[in-house]
Amino acid sequence: MTSQAQPGFWPPSGPEIVFLLLGVVALGSALLVVTTRQLVHAALWLVVCFGALAGGYLVLTAEFVAWVQVLIYVGAIVVLLLFGIMLTRAPIGRSADLDSGNRWAAAVVGAATAGVLVSAVVSGFHAAYTPLEPGRGTAGTLGSSLFRTWVLPFEALSVLLLAALVGAIVLSRTDIGARE
Amino acid sequence: MHIVYPVVVSALLFSIGVYGVLARRNAILVLMSVELMLNAVNLNLVAFDVWLRDRLHSGQVLTLFVIVIAAAEVGLGLAIVLAVFRTRRTVDVDRLRALSEYAAEYAAETGSGGGDRDGNGGGNGGGEAAT
Repeated sequence: MTSQAQPGFWPPSGPEIVFLLLGVVALGSALLVVTTRQLVHAALWLVVCFGALAGGYLVLTAEFVAWVQVLIYVGAIVVLLLFGIMLTRAPIGRSADLDSGNRWAAAVVGAATAGVLVSAVVSGFHAAYTPLEPGRGTAGTLGSSLFRTWVLPFEALSVLLLAALVGAIVLSRTDIGARE
Repeated sequence: MHIVYPVVVSALLFSIGVYGVLARRNAILVLMSVELMLNAVNLNLVAFDVWLRDRLHSGQVLTLFVIVIAAAEVGLGLAIVLAVFRTRRTVDVDRLRALSEYAAEYAAETGSGGGDRDGNGGGNGGGEAAT
């Protein structure tokens, strides 16, 4: 950001090593999510991926976001997905037809996306450096920012969440039909 | 912390999500891949918030908002998937072709169209799409 002397890419500092290890864990488990042949295992690998990302948030000093990630993603969303797997009577064991026939085209598109995005961000941000200072993402600072500056979107989002959950209930109840 | 590390991890995670959305057939696995893409965006937001030292913490606050929207999206998405499963007995997105322009031909190719419980779920979609 500023033109102060930046440390080079080698040797990486301690937080960078930790972040890179967590990133490798997250990327590996994400690859297993999209390639595994067992539905339940995909949901469990998703837990690993989200946990590693929460660790990455902790390294990036965003500790409140990390705990929200653990609570909502790992605690709520993955459980919801597991409920969905169970309720659609998915085969618990290995199933051969989880990938569609166009997976090679999908792999090409994914690789092309990765190439474009990685080359763009590397050429754009290879010089960006910031020292990490703890305390920028605590619940106190984030809460005061949330309830001072961002309180209107926060309230709008609570209404959105309420509407989405009411909609989910209406969609999943069978005794509410269309109006004749 | 070099900002390029989290940004590259996020870009790769997004591409894995793109691959998952395109390659998977089970609708719940597609939802999981969408979650991966949303998480990539979250990692970007946190990284740029740390880099730019935003005094309003807009990056991290927006990350919280995205997490809430993801929760709402998964709730609604699973409700829709369960409704589809109730009427069609399948969550295979390759076989849900009632809205396709060539739905009648697909239904003729694949036979009964997934064995509907009530018999009129697939028939309606096939009948409307006479081209």
